[in-house]
Amino acid sequence: MTPAGKTPDADVEGTQSRAGTLAVEGTGIHKWFGPHHVLDDVSLQVASGEVVVIIGPSGSGKTTLLRCLNHLERIDRGRLLVNGHLIGYRENARGELREDSEAEIARQRREIGFVFQHFNLFPHLTAEQNIALAPVRVRKAPRAQALDEARRLLARVGLDDKRGSFPGQLSGGQRQRVAIARALAMRPRLMLFDEATSALDPEMVGEVLAVMRELASDGMTMIVVSHEMGFARGVADRVVMMDAGRIIEAGPPAQVLDSPAHERTQAFLSKVLH
Amino acid sequence: MTFDWSFLAHLLFHPPGSFVQGAIRTIYLAVIAQALGVALGLLLALWRRSRRLPLRVLAGGYIWLVRGTPLLVQAVIIYDGSSALGLYSFGTLSVGPVSVPGVVQAGIVTLALNEGAYMAEIMRAAIDSVDKGQAEAAASLGLRRRQAMRHVILPQAMRVVIPPLGNEFNNMLKVTSLLSVIGLQELFLAAQDYNSATFRTFEIFLVTAVYYIVMTTAWSLVQAAIERRLQARGGDVVVSVPLRQRLFSGGPGGGPPIGAEQLRGAR
Repeated sequence: MTPAGKTPDADVEGTQSRAGTLAVEGTGIHKWFGPHHVLDDVSLQVASGEVVVIIGPSGSGKTTLLRCLNHLERIDRGRLLVNGHLIGYRENARGELREDSEAEIARQRREIGFVFQHFNLFPHLTAEQNIALAPVRVRKAPRAQALDEARRLLARVGLDDKRGSFPGQLSGGQRQRVAIARALAMRPRLMLFDEATSALDPEMVGEVLAVMRELASDGMTMIVVSHEMGFARGVADRVVMMDAGRIIEAGPPAQVLDSPAHERTQAFLSKVLH
Repeated sequence: MTFDWSFLAHLLFHPPGSFVQGAIRTIYLAVIAQALGVALGLLLALWRRSRRLPLRVLAGGYIWLVRGTPLLVQAVIIYDGSSALGLYSFGTLSVGPVSVPGVVQAGIVTLALNEGAYMAEIMRAAIDSVDKGQAEAAASLGLRRRQAMRHVILPQAMRVVIPPLGNEFNNMLKVTSLLSVIGLQELFLAAQDYNSATFRTFEIFLVTAVYYIVMTTAWSLVQAAIERRLQARGGDVVVSVPLRQRLFSGGPGGGPPIGAEQLRGAR
């Protein structure tokens, strides 16, 4: 997706140019699920155009962190700015944070694409209808134009022959590629991938990773929760290691993956790589 | 009195006009009341899931009241009771060439209000059966809750609703007979009137039973066709119930049995 794909209303408050801005700026984020401290003082900055891969054992909070980035989960403490704005919250005159209106949260989410582990395609709609739904209903794009765009996106993920297929007729890898195209249809400035390949049969992982690679090379800002170390090594600008709700280590892939400083990272990598 | 075959045969194949009219009335009562019941049920289901407490309480209270009282009592309250108290009298309503007697209006209102409460529970279960990931995917694309409900959740919930809805309508066709108590001339009351003129009680009600079973069986076939179409349209699996099972198992309100067999097939 080119930067020109920005939606018109994104420019209303876009006072800064795209280059050099922070896509994500999180400081001191805490989150609890009951007594369980899932995010424990997490701070994360992601620059526009950067590709960050988050790794870590299951239960380390990486998926929760990703879900907080488009307010699918609320943060309990801290400050989290996405695309330059507090996500899900609004600051009042006294500096207190209040949850935003539903409409405002929905508006912010337009610019954040989310790809789910289990695809979550709409089973009652065809591939192209899945992709065109949000542009038509949210961006109020004319139907014909949205379907045109949907076909272009399908071609881009290598599925131009599947536009009339329902999700139930597609393989897992094809479904996930449609899901990526669906997220791209809203022309997001940031794409979040939540273990996008973990529910796939091994032979289908490659086709999805190839689409993600291409997206990264087009300059898309991406935050990827993944166990695919090959992808992290080849595509990530930065690898972030999480454990027990904290970021314990972050840096260029070569540094984190090849000579990890933290023993928990070493232990985790030795399990994943062998 | 001995069983009179020729009377039975005559009644079955050459029914008096009051029988035919009663049967037609039974069908349109059921169709209109079911349609209104579905609409009311959807509204109540959405209210029950609303974030506003008063709406939840209102819907919950309504469902509790309606499901906790007999239809027969509701019918008498709505038609005779409201008129006796001077609250509202159902009078004949003329729309162009069609004139609808007050008792028919009261019958439709009663059945619709009653059915709404049951449909609400079915709709709520159907909405809840849609995977949570669907709402999340819709939200992640920037759809508002209302838009997600309308374009993503409800279309999927409706497929789940179709089998129990068919069951409800089957039940509705038969339940119309209760409205005879407020003097609504549907099939059952037509039979009663005919009985008081001829006293061929066994034969008359046997034929009446045949009429009902013809109506419900015809509906089973229609329902099967609807489900087949739904199945053909979506790529994914819709639980299908064989006609044999549709006719011979599953009681009123129970919904067609979604047995282990179907679930295995769905996986």
